[in-house]
Amino acid sequence: MTTETPVSVVLETPAPKEGRRIDWFDIVKQLFLIFFALLILFPGYFLLITPFKTQTNYSADKLGLPSPFYFENFTTALRGGRFFLWFGNSLIMVVGAVLLSTVVAALAAFAFSRMRFRAQTPLLAIITALMVIPPVVMIIPLFIFFSRMDMSGSYASAILVYAGLITPFAVYMLTNFFRTIPHEIVESALIDGATSLGILMKILVPLSAPALVTLVVVNSLWVWSDLLIALVLLPTDEKRTLMVGITVFGSRYNSDVPVAMAGMIMASLPMLLLYIFGQKYFTRGLVAGALKG
Amino acid sequence: MLRTHRLTPFLFLAPMLALLTFVFGYSLVKIFDFSMRRIRGATGPFIGFENYRQVFKDDVFHLALKHNALLLLAVPILVILSILIAVLLHEQVRGWRFYRTLYFAPYIFAIPVIGIVFSNMLSLNGAVNQLLRGIGLDRLALDWLGSSNLALWTLMFVIIWRELGFGIVLYLARLLSLNEELEDAGKIDGANWGQRLWYITLPQLKDVTEFYVVINIITMLAWVFPFVYVITRGGPGNATQVMELYIYNFAFRNSLPGMASAVAVVLFLITLIFIIPLFTLRQRTEGGEAS
Repeated sequence: MTTETPVSVVLETPAPKEGRRIDWFDIVKQLFLIFFALLILFPGYFLLITPFKTQTNYSADKLGLPSPFYFENFTTALRGGRFFLWFGNSLIMVVGAVLLSTVVAALAAFAFSRMRFRAQTPLLAIITALMVIPPVVMIIPLFIFFSRMDMSGSYASAILVYAGLITPFAVYMLTNFFRTIPHEIVESALIDGATSLGILMKILVPLSAPALVTLVVVNSLWVWSDLLIALVLLPTDEKRTLMVGITVFGSRYNSDVPVAMAGMIMASLPMLLLYIFGQKYFTRGLVAGALKG
Repeated sequence: MLRTHRLTPFLFLAPMLALLTFVFGYSLVKIFDFSMRRIRGATGPFIGFENYRQVFKDDVFHLALKHNALLLLAVPILVILSILIAVLLHEQVRGWRFYRTLYFAPYIFAIPVIGIVFSNMLSLNGAVNQLLRGIGLDRLALDWLGSSNLALWTLMFVIIWRELGFGIVLYLARLLSLNEELEDAGKIDGANWGQRLWYITLPQLKDVTEFYVVINIITMLAWVFPFVYVITRGGPGNATQVMELYIYNFAFRNSLPGMASAVAVVLFLITLIFIIPLFTLRQRTEGGEAS
């Protein structure tokens, strides 16, 4: 940096002449981090600029800024893909499955954390182990079952499967969290004559609000981003989720990349906004999802 | 502990047990059953291990197994990069907050979105090759997804690209809970950066690393379906065929659910191997965190 702008004062280590030599190792570290930053930014840049290019602009130049800026790709994408329908279907899956799973898991976690019963420890161990089994192992029997029950392609079938798949994690996490709530609080409620259900609803659930938020985030993200189950259980046009929708959309427009990218941007907006406004919950939740529960 | 009637706990457990018995219990029993039948519609005649014999004779299945095994090479790469980057961020190098947010960002994008973006960028005349030609690396402008020698490695790159952020956040969380006195003692004793990393930090990260390795092994063997389905559909030819896609294709494309079930059983048994180490490690990690 040659000129002494205020910015450079902030960015550079001050006065190397004064005996403090430049730390080459720091520069190596920064270069390393910048390299990965660019690796991540590059696809992001591509996704951001491509939708504003015309087809001819894109085939001539895939890297430069759009010239001129062209906005029709978004309307074409909206005409070519039923984004709002897909979005709505995904939302139905997320709300249905997460709601069902959270209620079911809270009841079970209450029993695991506050009661004693036979086979308690092995049962909890088995349930947590279920988290590891990939859904593709279960999908064939489930598909055949729903076809036989005349339920194939229904919202209910997919919600049931999603809820089942995310419940082991929910049970595991809520059990661990309920256990951290001091027993004295529960005891005093018991003296006041609270019932079991009352203790769960009025004490454990409200005190677990942070854990519940994390849980809902992790599981919603899981259902929202699933491809396989939606592909198999919701194959009809009307019931497609966003993930299946954009996959189909992407291959339909693979010769019109700007339109495809316009679609990808629109599909990513909801998550992006949630990330920007709830980054804390996102990262915390994901780490919890893998590490602590 | 609450004092309750002997059966009260099961009242609270019942809805969960019903749900899990259906989704996991029923399906897992059925998949073993299906794998020994010639399925037509909902069931079919018992044929013993014939499906398994067919599957193990099938070259495409061999390829699928091989590709899942090759994807395991992503595991050491993910571990090394996650640790290095997390350590740098933990040192609070300039801009670390920015880097942290950025590195985690790929996790926000759905895999189909990432898949479609990358498959367009990596096409023969796509953005990546334009960039490479632009900086004079014409010889590196390869057909990343169209060549059967390269496609699997390209796919692995995309998987790493997306999964790395999670590892970084995981290690960063662990580093924040470490005892800083050891690090400071190392500094006072004149240990350089590499020595401190190798002798002080890494041993303390052992638990998370073991856990992260097992998680990633399971991912590479059994959770890569969306990447493969969106980016290559197993192609070109069968160059990126993996077990999950094999199951999907045989069950829902080729109408051979019996053979697909046999592979599903194999995949289930493979994941089973890792369940026990995973949970002992998880418990150890938690114990470490509490102390």
